[in-house]
Parts: sequence; C-alpha cells; structure tokens
Amino acid sequence: MLKVIKNRFEQGHRTTKYPEEKINLYKRFRGLPTVHSDCDPAVVQQCAEACPQEAIDSASCRIDLGKCVFCGLCETLSEGKFACFSQNFEMGTAARDDLLFSGSLPELAEHSKTHFKKLFGRSLQLRQISAGGCNACEADTNVLNTPFFDLSRFGIQFVASPRHADGIHVTGPVSKNMRQAVLTTWEAVPDPKVVIASGACAISGGPFYGSDDIVGDLNSLIPVDLYIPGCPPHPLTTLHALLSFFK
Amino acid sequence: MDKLLYIHNGERVHRSDIPHLSFHKFRSELLDFTEAGGQIVQFFAYDENNKENQGKGSLKLLAVLRNESNDKLCVTGCDAPDSFDSLTAVTEKFHMFERELGEQYGLKAENHPWWKMVRYQQNCTGKPDVFGNNYSEDIPGNYPYFAVEGEGVHEVAVGPVHAGIIEPGHFRFQCFGERVFHLEIQLGYQHRGVEHLLQTVPMKRLPIIGETISGDTSIGHGLCMAQGIESLADLEVDEGSKVVRTLALELERIANHIGDLGALSLDVAFSPPAAYFGRIRGEYLNLSQILGGNRFGRGLIRPGGVTKVMGEEQRQLIQEKMTELTSEVEHVNDLIFSTPSVRGRFDHTGTVSRENAEKIGLVGYAGRACGLPYDARVKFPTECYGDLPGNSNNKTDGDVASRAEVRREEIMHSIHLVNTLLARSEEANNYTPQKTELAPDSFVVTVNEAWRGEASHCILTDAQGEILRYKVKDPSFHNWTGLALALREQGISDFPLCNKSFNLSYCGFDL
Repeated sequence: MLKVIKNRFEQGHRTTKYPEEKINLYKRFRGLPTVHSDCDPAVVQQCAEACPQEAIDSASCRIDLGKCVFCGLCETLSEGKFACFSQNFEMGTAARDDLLFSGSLPELAEHSKTHFKKLFGRSLQLRQISAGGCNACEADTNVLNTPFFDLSRFGIQFVASPRHADGIHVTGPVSKNMRQAVLTTWEAVPDPKVVIASGACAISGGPFYGSDDIVGDLNSLIPVDLYIPGCPPHPLTTLHALLSFFK
Repeated sequence: MDKLLYIHNGERVHRSDIPHLSFHKFRSELLDFTEAGGQIVQFFAYDENNKENQGKGSLKLLAVLRNESNDKLCVTGCDAPDSFDSLTAVTEKFHMFERELGEQYGLKAENHPWWKMVRYQQNCTGKPDVFGNNYSEDIPGNYPYFAVEGEGVHEVAVGPVHAGIIEPGHFRFQCFGERVFHLEIQLGYQHRGVEHLLQTVPMKRLPIIGETISGDTSIGHGLCMAQGIESLADLEVDEGSKVVRTLALELERIANHIGDLGALSLDVAFSPPAAYFGRIRGEYLNLSQILGGNRFGRGLIRPGGVTKVMGEEQRQLIQEKMTELTSEVEHVNDLIFSTPSVRGRFDHTGTVSRENAEKIGLVGYAGRACGLPYDARVKFPTECYGDLPGNSNNKTDGDVASRAEVRREEIMHSIHLVNTLLARSEEANNYTPQKTELAPDSFVVTVNEAWRGEASHCILTDAQGEILRYKVKDPSFHNWTGLALALREQGISDFPLCNKSFNLSYCGFDL
C-alpha cells in the first residue's frame, strides 16, 4: 500500500491541458506540410517521381495527405523548397477532397455543427475496427486512454460492442479478409451513426496501395464522415479531429 | 558440393552457391539438423523463373537454419516436389512452415498432423488449392476446427473483431466449465499481401512497406530490410548511423515491454501501474520522435544509413529524459512485482515447458522465459551489437511470471544499452537518397532481434537484379503456437493475461 502511495506522489498529475493550452511538438516531428507552390517545377517533378506513395501531383503542386505517410523524403530532396513539414498536428478533414493539400485545410469545426455535434457532442461512443492495420494506428489510438490524453474526460469512449456505439473508427487498408467483418460491425451499430477513417491505410490503402489483397479505401465500402491523416496519425491529431468535429 | 552452406548474417552469396540437393537428401539433412537441436529461421518456396513466368514449374525450396554450436546461418535448397512426406510428422519445428508452403505455393505435405490454412490466401502457382478452399468465399473458408466432444464440454468462439482496440483474429476455446482443454487460433484477417508487394513494386516503396509489416516493430523489420538491401547493393553504413539504428531498436524494445507490463498489471485488476506505464511508454515513443520525427521510428532507417543524425541537442534531450524515467520505471516495476495479488495471478499461469518451447521453436522473450537463451543480438550481432553486452535471465519457468520478469530485466538491460550508445561520440553521415542497384542472381538473409524476438528477411534476385522472392518472417510466426499451448488446462479467464504476456503480432503473422 505504501508503495502505491509513493508511486502516486512520484507520478503526480500528468494530463495535458490541450486544447485550452497549445502543445508544441519537437521540431523533428513531421506534421502538416507547408507547400511552396512557387517552387521550381523541375524540383516538384523530382519529388513527385521519388515519392514512394505517389502522393504528389506536380501539375497542381499538391500533396494528397490521404496517401502521404509523412516520411519527409520530399522535404529532404527539395531541401525544404517544395515541402516543409511543420509541427502542426491538426489535420482532420470532413471531405476526402480537402486532403488534396496545397497549403491550407478548411476549418474542421465548421463542418458538422448542426448534425453530428447535436447528436454526439455531449457523449460519443466509438467501436474501433482494425482492418488490416499494422497496429501503429491502433496503438496510437489506444494511448488516448492513458492519463496524458485522458479521452474520456471529453465524454468520448471506445466501447466493446457495436451495439453500444455511435459510430466506428476504422484503421487499416481493409484487407479482403476483414471486409465482411467491417460491414457486419458497421451494420450492427444503430442509426444514426458516424464513420471515421483513421490513417493513410483506411483513407487510401496507405503503404499497401495497389495490393490485390486489400479494398484500399474505406469510403468505397461505407460512407466516411471524418478523415484523420497520418501514418499513423499522432494521438493529438486524432484528439484534435474528434474534439473539433464533435464537440 | 557441400550439403549445407554456412554464411554470416547479412552476407550476400551467389544463388548458384546455395547447395542444391535431391529432395530426399534435403529432407534428411533438415531432419538431422533439427534432431540435433537446430532451429529453423526460414523455410520457404520460390520460383526460379522471373515474375512473368511464375508458377511455370521451376519451384525450389530454401531453408535457413541455426544451431547453438555455429555462429553462422546454415543454408540449403532443393527442387520443390508437388507433394512430399511431411517433416512435421517427424518434428513439430516445421509445423507452420509446411502449412505456409502449402498455402503460398500449393505444395502438399502428406501426413501433416495439423493440415490447415494459415492466412486464407490463394496460392500463386495456379495449382489446385491444397486445403480445398474456394477463395471467392469469405474467410475462414474450409477450416476444420479441432473440437472436443462429451458431456459438459462447450466451445467459446471469439473474434475476429475483439472487445478492444486490437487487431483481429479468431479464437476457439474447447472448455470444460472454466477449464480450457484446447485453444485454436485462426488468423489471416490482417493479410495485406506484403510479400507479393515487395516482389512487384518499385524499389522506392520498399522501406515504407518494410516499416509497416508490423507497426510496433517498425525498426526491427526496417533494419532487416535495410541490411538486406545494403548487402545486395554494396552500400556501406557509417558507424554513427549504426549507433542511431541500435538506439532506435532498443527504444522500440523498451516502449513495447513497458506498455505490456502495464497492460499485464491491468489484466490482473491492479490499475495504478497500468496508468503509469501507459504514460511512460508514451515518453519512450516520444524519444523515438525526437530522434527521427515519428513515434514509431518511421522514416528513420533507410538503405545506406539513417535519415536523421543524432546531434548534440537530440543526444542531450534523450539523455535527460532517460535519466528522469529510469527511476520511475524501477519504482513502478517494483510496485508490480512486489504486489502479492499480482504475483498470485502471474505465478504458474500459462506455462509452456522448455521441451515444448524447443519443439515449436519459440523465440524472443517467450523462448527465453522457457530457458531457451537464444538472442539474435548476441548470436548474430548486427549494427553495434558486437560491442555491447548481452542479457541473461534467471527465471525460466515458462509461465506468465517468467515472461513478465524477462521483460522487466530486458527493460533495464536496454536502458543500459541506450546510455552506453548515447555516450558514443560518432555522428552519423548526412543522408542522401541514393539509387540502389541490386546484385543479380544473389541471395541474402538478415536476422535481427526485434523486440518480440527473431525477425528475418530473405531476398533473392534474378539475372537482372530484380527481386525474385522476398520472404519475411516475423517472430510471431513461431510464437502463436506457444500461446495456444500456454492456455491448456488454464482457466478461460486467464486468457487475457496469457495473451498479453506473449503480445503477438497479428499483421506480422498475416503479412
């Protein structure tokens, strides 16, 4: 018992004050990129060709954040002249097209004001489905339950049964072997319900795009309401998306 | 030609140097080797023809083995017969490998005692399916679950979608009341076609896929891949980069072990350490982020080096945090391991005997907790491991308590390694992405001690230097069978505890 008390004192209070107070991530963290559309087209072209995710459209000078895994190669190649990854982790969007990024994202908070906020603003229960995910998205979603993030203080919880849920949070490129389970789980959630695609995989197939063994795009299976980019999304990216979309 | 070729970890050889035996000879060599205590690192089929002609009848088998007496890996091969006398019928060590051969290449191991699909994927040769599956139907297809019959016997089925934020898999318990007679684990739900992708996509995509084979093992698999490509493309890695790579692998190990010890504590309803370790695990992930910009170490390791150097600033930040966290880790560990209600649940739960562990080839902490000392960092050292001390553990009872204790020791050992590496002064070279050209007609196998245990990649190239076969083995491929065995004669309510003590990768197994 004494040890419990001693440890309790040592650990203290660790919960972040975000979103009231800003959090500054270390400068090496690769968050929302800054895109310089005035960059030499030859450099953009070079980045587009080298991009392992084929996420760069050189003609429109845009990065598809739904495909991007934030590896930072385009920043290295262009020496920051085309793309430069900032430490801004606030990246969720309500529409797939908004992820075709040329320098700014629409304010997520404006999107669902009347609909989802009214429905789930005070209490949101989500069923998480890992559908071919590599477990990084899952792990960084799970940490939202640790004392630092403490998701439940916002009235948001991950629940065991789809019957208890207001929506599903899907990670992974939806492997063919999980397709039916995703549909069945989604059908088991009572209406009205919300669908969240988390991570490059659920949005576009991520690192596994082009594989015959995956569906590759959750939205082609069921309509997605909220997109959270990243590989995996930083826990704060998920937290920001959930809070601004629903609260 | 010799029957067995001995090569170093990561050593490139010409494909024609791989011994080519008759199947009969190959089989008896493998059985002799494993009979004498050897273990299988890789055992797979490949098609010698190029990609376009795959499945047109030039299938070969290749085995990579290891044993205690030799510090090299042992390689041998033969033509693959369409059907052959199962080696599993003689020794269990081949159990999963032969099932995988059947599924991936349509090769039939006759008299295999547990002939069932592995991941529910159609074979790439066009041969009739050896499990009688029709792949237009959904998983699990034609899967004969083992069933116990009798009065009072009942079956519990769980999954694929589980009651938490966790990967999918299907579990069947054959129970008598609370007592579990048998657990069958049927996987494949996470199958993404990783090996096929690695053989067909442009080189630029390889590191990204390598890092996502199993997300919590991004560094472990990333290293296996980078070392394989470096060997095939004659790329030299500077000492500074090796320090960063070794450091990253140890940070990955610490973070995962700490997370699991917290979760184990939660599974026996002792929640304070779960809260503390849940947070502390994040602190270690954040150190990976300081090092490479990503909490899982993604984007850091690339063939030829590392993308981020560890400058004085990063070194200091990591050092300060390490010092702050070490005493906290010791205290929380002490809290867990000195609490009687925790000990009461950990001790004698989910025991795998040393004999069984050896038979199924358990690796990593699961193996070490049973008394199998194998640690690839010591046995086949890569990067900086040749200069670093190994860890040895004393508690080897094979139960949950042993698996927890090994992790506790390995956390402290890894903290020591990280501190040692931080004290080294070499700075990594600045990274410049370079074009990689792989040597033609070559073969390389790489082995690293990822946090769960032995991870291994094999790459074979064709006459043009294109990848002919890319084979990945995650440590979970060995260890899932261990979890099934651990559950025998246990209370079903101890399943979460046993499961967490192994904490295996679903996607690493399903690829």
